[in-house]
Amino acid sequence: MGSLILRKATRYLFPVIMMFSIYLLLRGHNEPGGGFVGGLAAASAFILNQLAFDVPSTKRLMNVDSLTLIGTGLLIALGSSVFTMLDGQPYFSSHWATLRITSDWQLLIGTPLIFDIGVYLVVLGVTLAILLSISNFRKSPS
Amino acid sequence: MNLLLPAPLLIPLLCATLSLLGRRAVGVQRFLAVAGCSLNLVVSACLLYVVDNDGIQVMQSGSWPAPFGISLVVDRLSAIMLVLSGLMGAAVAVFSLAAMDRHRPKFGFYFFYHTLLMGVNGSFLTGDLFNLYVWFEVMLMSSFALMSLGSERAQLEGGIKYVALNVLSTAFFLAALGVLYGMTGTLNMAHLATIVRSAGNQGMLTTVSLLFMVAFGIKSAAFPLFFWLPASYHTPPTPVSAIFAGLLTKVGVYALIRLFTLVFVTDAAFTHLILLVGAGLTMLTGVLGAAAQTEMRRILSFHIVSQVGYMIMGLGLLTPLALAGSVFYIVHHVIVKTNLFLVAGVIAFRTGTNELIALGGFVRTMPWLALFFLIPAMSLAGLPPLSGFFAKLMLIVASFREFSWVVAITALVVGFLTLYSMTKIWNEVFWKPMPPASGEAMAKVPWSVRDRVCLFGPIMALALCTVLIGICAEPLFGLSERAAGQLLNPDEYIRAVLAGAVRP
Repeated sequence: MGSLILRKATRYLFPVIMMFSIYLLLRGHNEPGGGFVGGLAAASAFILNQLAFDVPSTKRLMNVDSLTLIGTGLLIALGSSVFTMLDGQPYFSSHWATLRITSDWQLLIGTPLIFDIGVYLVVLGVTLAILLSISNFRKSPS
Repeated sequence: MNLLLPAPLLIPLLCATLSLLGRRAVGVQRFLAVAGCSLNLVVSACLLYVVDNDGIQVMQSGSWPAPFGISLVVDRLSAIMLVLSGLMGAAVAVFSLAAMDRHRPKFGFYFFYHTLLMGVNGSFLTGDLFNLYVWFEVMLMSSFALMSLGSERAQLEGGIKYVALNVLSTAFFLAALGVLYGMTGTLNMAHLATIVRSAGNQGMLTTVSLLFMVAFGIKSAAFPLFFWLPASYHTPPTPVSAIFAGLLTKVGVYALIRLFTLVFVTDAAFTHLILLVGAGLTMLTGVLGAAAQTEMRRILSFHIVSQVGYMIMGLGLLTPLALAGSVFYIVHHVIVKTNLFLVAGVIAFRTGTNELIALGGFVRTMPWLALFFLIPAMSLAGLPPLSGFFAKLMLIVASFREFSWVVAITALVVGFLTLYSMTKIWNEVFWKPMPPASGEAMAKVPWSVRDRVCLFGPIMALALCTVLIGICAEPLFGLSERAAGQLLNPDEYIRAVLAGAVRP
C-alpha cells in the first residue's frame, strides 16, 4: 500500500479511533458498547495502521506482544470475577463503588467495568495476533 | 463451598493465563501444569465428598437467580466426572513432562491443555444448556489447537477430519438449542425439566431430543457417526491423544446422560430404544473395526468407540442398576483407556513408532511395562477381578433383568472380541521377538531416570486405581448407585437449582 493519502489520513484517524474505542468501552455498561466492541474498534485502528504502513511499524506502535495483551486481559477479567468471591458471594457478582468528584459529579465504578477492560484487552490481543500473523505469512515466502 | 464450586474452572483458567504470559519459560509451564492439575484433582475430590454427603450444590453466577442467570450445579455424576477429569489431567500432565518435546510448549501446548480441561470441567459443572454449548466450544477450540499443534502432515490430515465432524455436530447442537428455546423459552436444565413435562407439543419435543441425540452422538463417537475418532486420535503426540481418549468422548456421554435423564424422559419408550439400538451397534462396529487395525493407538481408538456403546447401553435401559452400571463404566473406562494410551506412548517414546509390525519383545526388554499393559488391557476386556469385570457385570445383569437379550448378548460377544484385540497387541508388541530395526532405534533414544519416573509414575498410579476398583468395588458401586438414584429422581436437582435461586 503506497497511498500517500491513506498514510496521511491514518496519522489523524488512529488517535480518533482509539479514543472512540475507549468511549465504547466506558459506555458499555448501560448502553450499546462494551469491552468486546471497544477491543474490535481498537484493533481496527492498528489494522488501519498496518494497511497504511507495514507490520513491523505496527508492532512498534503496539509496544507489547499481542499474546501478552491476551494474558493480561484474562488476568484482569479473572481477577474481577474472583474478587467478589472473597466476601462469600458467587463469582461474577458485581460490586459498585461511588467516586465523589464534586457534590453533584460522581462516578460509579464497579467490577463489571474491570471485567470489560479485561475483555477489551483480550479481544484486541486476539484480533491482532490473528491478523498480524496472517499478514506476516503472506509476506514471508517471497 | 463458595470457593470450591467454581474452582475447577478458575484453576485451569489461571494456569492457562500464567502459561500464556510465561510462554518462553517452559520450566514454569511444566510446573504450573503439574501443580495446577494436582490442585484441581484435590478440589474435585473435596467437591465429590461434599456432594455425596450434603446433596446437590448450586451456585448462581453473578448472583442472578436461576432461570435467568447461569447456574453451576454439581450432583454426584458431575462430581464423579470432575474427579475423573482432575485425575486424568494430573496423570497426563506428569506424563507430558517426559513425553512432550521442547518446542510445542513454546507454541502454547500447556495453554491449550489447561483451556481444554477448563472446557471439560465447565461442561460437567454447568446447569444451563446454552452454557454447555459454550463449554463444548471452549473444549473443541482447544482440542483443535492441540490436535494440529506441531503441524505434522498426519496431524493435519487427522485434524481436518476431526474438525469437520465436530463442527457439524456443533451445528446440530445449536439448531436443537434454537428450536428448544423457541418451544419453551428457557435453557436452564432444571427449569426445562419442569416445563417439558407439561409442554403441549410432545411430538416436536421428541424431534428436538433426537437432534440433541445426533449432536451428542457425534461428540461421543457413537454409531453411525464415529469415524472421525479412529481417523484422528492416533495422529497427535501421545499426551494429547491420551487426554482426548480419556475425556472428550465422555463429555458427550455425560451430556447424553444428563439430558436424557433430566429433560427428555417424556417419550422414553421411543428415545431410549433408539439409544439402546445405537449402543449395541456402536459396541459391535467399534470392536470389529479394531480387529482390522495394525497400529496400536488406532486399535485403542476403535475400542473407545466400542466402549462408548456400553456407557450408552446403560442409559438406554434406564433402570437404576443399568444407570449405575453406566456411571461405573465411565469411571473404569476413563482410567483404563488413558492408561493404555500412556503405555502406547512409552512404546512410541522408546521406538518412535506404534506400528505392530515394527514392534516386539517388550516382555523381555521392559517386563514392568508388559505388566502395566496387561492390567488395563485385561480390565478393558472385562476379566475378573479387575474394574472392567464389575462394570460389564452390572450392565449385563441389568439388561437381562429387562429381558433385553439382544443387547446383553452383544455386550458379551463384544467383550470376547475386545479380548481378541488385546491379545493381538500383546502378541505383536510384547511377545514376538523384536525386529532388529526397532531394537537399534531403542538403543539410540536416551532413557534417563527422570524419563522413567515421569512416564511410569502415571501409568502405575492409574493401574493401581484399576486394581483397587476391581478388588474393592463396593465403595464405587455404592457411589454409582447413589449417583444413578439422583439421576432417576430429578426432583432433587430441580429443587436445588430453582429453590436456591430465590435469594433475598
